Amino acid sequence: MVETFLGLPVVAPRGVGALHAASPFPVAAAKALTNDQLRRNLGHATSTIRAKRAAVVGELPDWESLRLAGEAIKASTMASLDSHLLLLEQRVTERGGVVHWARDAAEANQIVTELVAATGADEVVKVKSMATQEIGLNEALEEAGIQAWETDLAELIVQLGHDKPSHILVPAIHRNRTEIRDIFLGSMSGVSPDLTDEPRQLAMAAREYLRRKFLSARVAISGANFAVADTGTLVVLESEGNGRMCLTLPQTLITVMGIEKVVPTFADLEVFLQLLPRSSTGERMNPYTSMWTGVTPGDGPREFHLVLLDNGRTAVLADEVGRPALHCIRCSACLNVCPVYERTGGHAYGSVYPGPIGAILTPMLTGVSENPSLPYASTLCGACYEVCPVRIDIPSILVHLRSRAVAATPPAQSPEAAAMAAASYVMRSPRRFGFASRRYRLLRRLRRLPPPLSGWTRSRDLPVPPPETFRDWWQRTRGTR
Amino acid sequence: MRVGLFITCLADALYPRVGQATVTLLERLGHEVVFPSDQTCCGQMHINTGYVRGARPLVRHHLEVFSASDVDAVVAPSGSCVGSVRHQHAAFFTGASAERAGELAARTYELSEFLVDVLGVTDVGAYYPHRVTYHPTCHSLRLLNVGDKPLRLLGAVRGLDLVELPGASECCGFGGTFAVKNAATSTAMLADKLRHVSETGATVVTAGDSSCLMHIGGGLSRMDGGARAVHLAEILASVEGRDG
Repeated sequence: MVETFLGLPVVAPRGVGALHAASPFPVAAAKALTNDQLRRNLGHATSTIRAKRAAVVGELPDWESLRLAGEAIKASTMASLDSHLLLLEQRVTERGGVVHWARDAAEANQIVTELVAATGADEVVKVKSMATQEIGLNEALEEAGIQAWETDLAELIVQLGHDKPSHILVPAIHRNRTEIRDIFLGSMSGVSPDLTDEPRQLAMAAREYLRRKFLSARVAISGANFAVADTGTLVVLESEGNGRMCLTLPQTLITVMGIEKVVPTFADLEVFLQLLPRSSTGERMNPYTSMWTGVTPGDGPREFHLVLLDNGRTAVLADEVGRPALHCIRCSACLNVCPVYERTGGHAYGSVYPGPIGAILTPMLTGVSENPSLPYASTLCGACYEVCPVRIDIPSILVHLRSRAVAATPPAQSPEAAAMAAASYVMRSPRRFGFASRRYRLLRRLRRLPPPLSGWTRSRDLPVPPPETFRDWWQRTRGTR
Repeated sequence: MRVGLFITCLADALYPRVGQATVTLLERLGHEVVFPSDQTCCGQMHINTGYVRGARPLVRHHLEVFSASDVDAVVAPSGSCVGSVRHQHAAFFTGASAERAGELAARTYELSEFLVDVLGVTDVGAYYPHRVTYHPTCHSLRLLNVGDKPLRLLGAVRGLDLVELPGASECCGFGGTFAVKNAATSTAMLADKLRHVSETGATVVTAGDSSCLMHIGGGLSRMDGGARAVHLAEILASVEGRDG
């Protein structure tokens, strides 16, 4: 029992970080749909990765058991998250690390900025990290005169292109190789003007560019895929090895981690290290898995700071239906199978977390009233739930959040609420329903319906009215029941 | 068997042929069909759009009507309405009502499930001499796990030339109110589905849900020479000399 009332969980604040959509999803999506290049790039990339995932998942006879285990470990960890976090803090501290607690994005940015400033460095290298993008860390550092260099190849493409990531795992998925060459030629210092769009050449150019950063940087900033409470070990999975450069070469390492990333024991990693690579990149194992525990004299960083970030996560935890969203291991399998994401791309979601998981996580982190259109950015087709490695029932949580979005909208300001109330009144009575359905042919005479129903008639005809409704046919031919 | 027809509001008002076909089919297989005429709507649209208060009287009404009817099974020509009854209705009740809702859900079936699992038939004696492609609707596929049951039923129809739909398991873009709230994205998804349908050269696209077929058919009717959207029940009810 907690003896002190700690106050209501806070949501992610507005004006800092990358969780608050600038425009509603339908508007942003309609705009994205007009970009043919984007749709081609996305269609190609998502179908390739879908096929890879399906092949390697199909190899494992115990895949369903692994999913169940992943779900169970996450659920039980969340049930006593506080004690796991306190143990993690204790273990990290025992091994020479320093733990900081950040209530929200603004606090986390302030902590990290002060830590970097204390080293005297004016630049940092970064490991690919969702948490630091969520809080807008690069922008905060820049304001303090500190330049942050993204070292993940795709994040580098995004950064050099003054762009935003559009996918959790493949942030530059919306770019093809010709666009990438043009970005490098335009923004990468020291690049050869003869650069072609051949993937190997692009990778070599980035490698040469990044190598200089690794060798000069004194501070690195990372996120974390997992943190093991009972050993105090941090874990980062990656493909390129650039992350490991950041994690081992600089003198100071600062890790920003969402509080939901903790797992109780080292043995729990066994499940997630199988689930994550197969679900995300479609590989049996990711090329680089880096683990570190505090600091080790003479080996790696001399200073290690762990920033534990809330930024709305306790608010998610407080939602009994929505809390499994915290189980997410950021594999992005749900993005790759989502027919909505495949067509609109990630930017339409207006959040660093796009796709089906973003449509539930983002509005819960910010409060549903900040992102009320996101829970509706889905047909509820269920493809996401089918592939989720920790079995998050995304469709059910979407429906739950829709009811919260409705509850957050004053009915007086919502024509939709009025229409739904009227429909409910009509449909609860067989007499009224029978009467209304016979009137359909009047509606059909209008070939173009007024807004919002014009959304239907713009691309689809209305059904031809039947000569009689089913209940009338039954009554006429069968009399009674 | 005494079967209660759960027509669904959409088929009642707009697609009575689907209901008539379901009746014809079940009677031809030797079962008695009753139509509890007080039924209206299962409330799925309200639930899935977030209007829990509006849904509540509809869900209650559905339970009252169908638990009062003296039938062995309730059958609907819709995967998504059965999905709602089976997976969403229980949350609206507590105590004895929750128990009744659970009982009703357990004996409520989507048409292809009922034919294959309960009646144990795949050859329903139908004749339908057309080139047909089948779109598995998301809720029948992922919520009810009907698997290949509709395909087995179609495979046994005489005269029918069944062609595989490319990208079959991908959503058609209907999604209930999604089709209106996110009309542009819905249309983009529909365009790809229609392209796949026309690639098959089929003259008929079929599915187990009138709602998805309303969306697909509404798009097809804007295309000259496109296929027609026909509900699975209509195909299974067709016999020689009287095909749909």
